Amino acid sequence: MGARYFGAAVQRKEDDRLVVGRGRYLDDVALPGMLHAAYVRASDAHARITNIDSSAALGVPGVIAVFTARDFGAENRPTAQMAPSPLLQQAPTWSPLADKHVCYVGEPVAMVVAETRALAEDAAALVIVETDPLPAVTDYKSALDPGAPLAHADLKSNLAASMQARFGDVAGVFARAARVIPVTLEMHRGGCHAMECRGVVAAWSPAGDELTVYSSTQSPYPVRKGIARHLGLDEHCVRVIAPDVGGGFGPKAVFYPEELSVPLAAQRVGRPVKWIEDRREHILATTQQRDQLWTVEVAVAADGRLLGLRGRIVHDNGAYVPYGLILPGTTVQSLPGPYALEALDVTLDVALTNFVPTTPVRGAGRPNAAFALERIADIVARDVGLDPAEIRRRSFVKAAQMPYPTGLNGRDGTPIAYDGCDFHQSLELALARFDAGDFRRRQTAARAEGRYLGMGIATYVEDTGLAPFEGATVRVDSNGRVIVETGAASQGQGHATIFAQIAADQLGVDIADVTVKSADTGVFPLGIGTIASRVAVTGGSSVLMAARNVRAKALKIAAVMLEAAESELTLEDGHVQVAGGSNKKLPLGALAARLEGIPGLPMPPGITPGLSDTAYFEARQTTFACGSNVAEVEVDIETGGVKVHRYVVAHDCGLLINPMLVDGQIRGGVVHGIGNALFERMIYDEGGQPLTTNYGEYLLPTAPEMPNIEIVHTQTPSERNPLGVKGAGEGGTIPATACIIAAIEDALAPFGIALREHPVSPQRLIELLADKG
Amino acid sequence: MHDPTPEAGKARHAISLTVNGTAHAVDVDPRQHLGDFLRQTLQLTGTHLGCEHGVCGACTVIVDGAPVRACLILAVQADGASVTTVEGLAGKEGALHPIQSAFRAHHGLQCGFCTPGMLTTLAAFLADNTSPTEAEVREAISGNLCRCTGYQTIVEAALSAAQTLRGEG
Ligand code: FES
Ligand code: FES
Repeated sequence: MGARYFGAAVQRKEDDRLVVGRGRYLDDVALPGMLHAAYVRASDAHARITNIDSSAALGVPGVIAVFTARDFGAENRPTAQMAPSPLLQQAPTWSPLADKHVCYVGEPVAMVVAETRALAEDAAALVIVETDPLPAVTDYKSALDPGAPLAHADLKSNLAASMQARFGDVAGVFARAARVIPVTLEMHRGGCHAMECRGVVAAWSPAGDELTVYSSTQSPYPVRKGIARHLGLDEHCVRVIAPDVGGGFGPKAVFYPEELSVPLAAQRVGRPVKWIEDRREHILATTQQRDQLWTVEVAVAADGRLLGLRGRIVHDNGAYVPYGLILPGTTVQSLPGPYALEALDVTLDVALTNFVPTTPVRGAGRPNAAFALERIADIVARDVGLDPAEIRRRSFVKAAQMPYPTGLNGRDGTPIAYDGCDFHQSLELALARFDAGDFRRRQTAARAEGRYLGMGIATYVEDTGLAPFEGATVRVDSNGRVIVETGAASQGQGHATIFAQIAADQLGVDIADVTVKSADTGVFPLGIGTIASRVAVTGGSSVLMAARNVRAKALKIAAVMLEAAESELTLEDGHVQVAGGSNKKLPLGALAARLEGIPGLPMPPGITPGLSDTAYFEARQTTFACGSNVAEVEVDIETGGVKVHRYVVAHDCGLLINPMLVDGQIRGGVVHGIGNALFERMIYDEGGQPLTTNYGEYLLPTAPEMPNIEIVHTQTPSERNPLGVKGAGEGGTIPATACIIAAIEDALAPFGIALREHPVSPQRLIELLADKG
Repeated sequence: MHDPTPEAGKARHAISLTVNGTAHAVDVDPRQHLGDFLRQTLQLTGTHLGCEHGVCGACTVIVDGAPVRACLILAVQADGASVTTVEGLAGKEGALHPIQSAFRAHHGLQCGFCTPGMLTTLAAFLADNTSPTEAEVREAISGNLCRCTGYQTIVEAALSAAQTLRGEG
C-alpha cells in the first residue's frame, strides 16, 4: 500500500468544527438541572483553620449548599499517590477540601453550589474562614536548612525526597581535570496558562451508582482510577470524558481535588454540578513549575572538553506531592544531556514549601537540565577562551556511539540509552542555516553603532514516547467508514488527524472516511495520558498495528467472498480487488457487513466476528529526539528590552507523520521557552501571597515580540517503534530558554555580564548593567 | 428568548440587538457581560472566555464593525448593536470567511480555544486593511493570547486571507 498520507502536510480533521465555533469545550457542556460551584480558597500560605461560618452564604437565594471538609466525611481524606516511588520520604497529598490546615494560598477550603456561577461566587465571598496563621516556607532555597519553618505542621522536615544521579569515577575525574569551575544557577519556569482554564462537570445516574465526569484533563484514565478508588466505586461505574481541551501543557495531567469535590457535591445535591476555574484560580491553584537552584562544579579537560559534573540541586515542590517525583525525576534523568561526561554525581533534594504544588509544565524538568548544561558549556567556553560551538563539538556524544548508554537508569530501572541522535550534525545544520559568520560581522558593526546583538546556541536531547503503552481499536462499519478509538486524549496536537493518516494509509481509504474517537473512558478501556511527548509514538504505533491487522482480516474475508487467493488481492480506494485486470471487487463496507454477522449464517471458518482489531503498543525502550537551536537577539541597554530577531531550530524527531503539525508543535514550544526566558514569573511576597494573579501582572508572550521560527528537519527513523517516529511536543521548549539567555549574555559581552538565571526582565538587565557601571 | 437562570430580586433590563443577523429582544441581568449573554442566553458557545479580565482576547466579538472584548462590556451596553460572533463569520451557505479557511490551511490553530477571538479580531482588522504588513498583523493580534501556536502560523494565515480578500488568492 502506498503511504498517501503519512509524511504529508495534511490539513487537520479537527479544524472544520473549530474554525466555525462548534468545538465543545468543558464550559460548553450543559446538562439538564445542572448547578454551578465556586470555591472558597485559602488566603493564608500556612494556617490552622479555626472556624468556618457558612450561614450568610446559605442565606443567599439560589444557593443550594455549602460544603466544607466535614461534610465530605471519610471521603475527604487525602488523594492516593499518582506516582508512587520508593524514594519518597514524605509525600503529603491534597484532600478534596482542606480540613484542619491550609498549606498554600488558593487551596480549596469550602465549596458553594448555586443555581448560577455568579450566585455561587457571590455566596463564596460571604463564607467566613477564620484561621491562625503558621510560619510559612516561602523560600525554597533555605527550606531544607536546620531551623527552617515547616511547610506542614505535622511533618518533621521539608524534605520530600533526595534523588541521585551518579556514574563514573567522580573523584578521579575531578582530580585529573585541568580546571574545575563552580557554577550557581537559578531557574524559574512559571505555569501552564493554557488558554482554557480547568473545569469539571459531574453527573450521577438516577440510581446513584454510576458517575459521569467531564474534565478538561490530559489524563482521563488516571482521573477515572483516582475517582473510583477514592469513592469506592468500580472503575466501570465511572466514565471520564475529556471534551475538546483548550491546551494542556502538563498541569492538566494531574488528578486534582476538584475532580473529587465536584462529584461529591453532585452526589449530595442530587443534581449535576459544573465548576469552571477562573483565571485567578488557575494562577493560584493549578500546578506550576517554579524554581530550581543548582550549585555545581564542572570538571574540564585541558582542551575544554566537559568531563564531569557534581553538586546539588534544590527543587521547589510546593505544599503537596500529588504526582510523585515525575517532575524532579525528569531533571536528573536528563543528565548528562548531549555531553559525553565521564563522571556525574548530582543530588537533587525535593523541598516542600507553602506554595501550590509543582508538576510538569511543557518539558517538565528537562528545560532545567538543558539550561544548566548549556549555561555550563558557555561558561566553560568563556573560561577556556573557545567558541561556544567548539566546546560543544569537543564534548558531545558522537553519532558513532549510538546507542549511547548515558550511565543512568530510567524510571523503570533499566539503563537509559540514546538512539539515533547526531548532535554534531544538528548543531552544524543550525549554525549553517543561521550563518554564524555573517552574524559576527553584523554584531561587530552594530556594536560600533551602540547596538547590542547577541547569538545563543543550545542543543538538547529528549526522552519521548514514555512507557508503558497506548492502545487503539480500528474497525470498519458496514458503510465502509473507518473508526479509530483510542484512549489518547488531545489538547490541540492534532492526534485525530495523524491517527486518521495512519489508518487511511493502511486501509486504502480517504482520510475523510476515518473518524477518530478518543479521550472517553466509555469508548476505549485503557489509556495512560497525553504527557511526555508520547502519543505519536505509543498511540500512533497502536493505530498502525491495529489497522494492519484489520487490513489482513479484510483480505482474508475478501478471499472467501471473492473466491480468490489472498495473494491475488489488493486493497485500494476502499475496495479489495482481484489483481490482474479482473473487475471482481468488494468495498470494505461489504466485508465489514459480512463480519458483522448475518442471523443464521455461520462465520467463515477461521475468521472472527467484526472487521476490527485492537492493539496496544508497549513502549519497551524510550525514543530520543534531539536538536540544536540558534537565536539572535538585540538588547537595548537603555531600557533593558530584548528583541528576538531570529530563531533557527534544527530538529530530529524521527519520521514526520505530518510536518505541518510537527512544525506547529516546535514553534509553540519555542515560544513557551522564550516566555520562560523573558517574561513569565510567578511572584510571591515573603508571606507566600501570590502577587501575579492576572495577565497584567503575569506576562505571556504576545505576537509582536515573537520571532518567526525557521526549522530544519532531519529524519532519523527510530528503530524502537513500527512508525519510526519520536515525540515532538516538548522539544521546542526544552532548549529555548537556554538559547535566548545565551544570546542576551553574548549581546552584553562588552559589559561582562553573566546571566545565571531566568527569566531576565528588562529591570533585571538594567540592574546588572548598572552594577557594571 | 428567556434566560434560564435569572437572579432573584434584581431588576432586569430589556434590550434588543442583532446577533449574526438575527434580531433578539431579551431581558437581561444588569450585571451580565456580553460574553456570558452570548454563551448562556443565546447558547452561542463559540465565543470563549479565557481570562474574564480583558487581556486574553479569546472573547472578542465584532460589535458594529469593531472588535470588542465580550467580557468587558455588559449585555445592556450592546442594546441596539449588531454583533458578529465566530458563528457568524461564515456566509449564509456556510462558505467560510477567507480568514477561517486560511487558519485551516496554515495550521493557525491547535487547541482552538483562542481561535474564535483571533478570527473575529482578524476579520475586523482585514475589513479595514486588506494589505497589511506582517508587523501590522502582529500588532492587530497583540491583544490576543495564544499558548499553542507561537503566533507565526496565525500571522501567515492572516496574510494569506488578506491576499484572498484582495482577490489575489
Ligand atoms: S475573556 Fe475577555 S479578554 Fe480574556
Ligand atoms: S490554539 Fe490553543 S491557545 Fe491558540
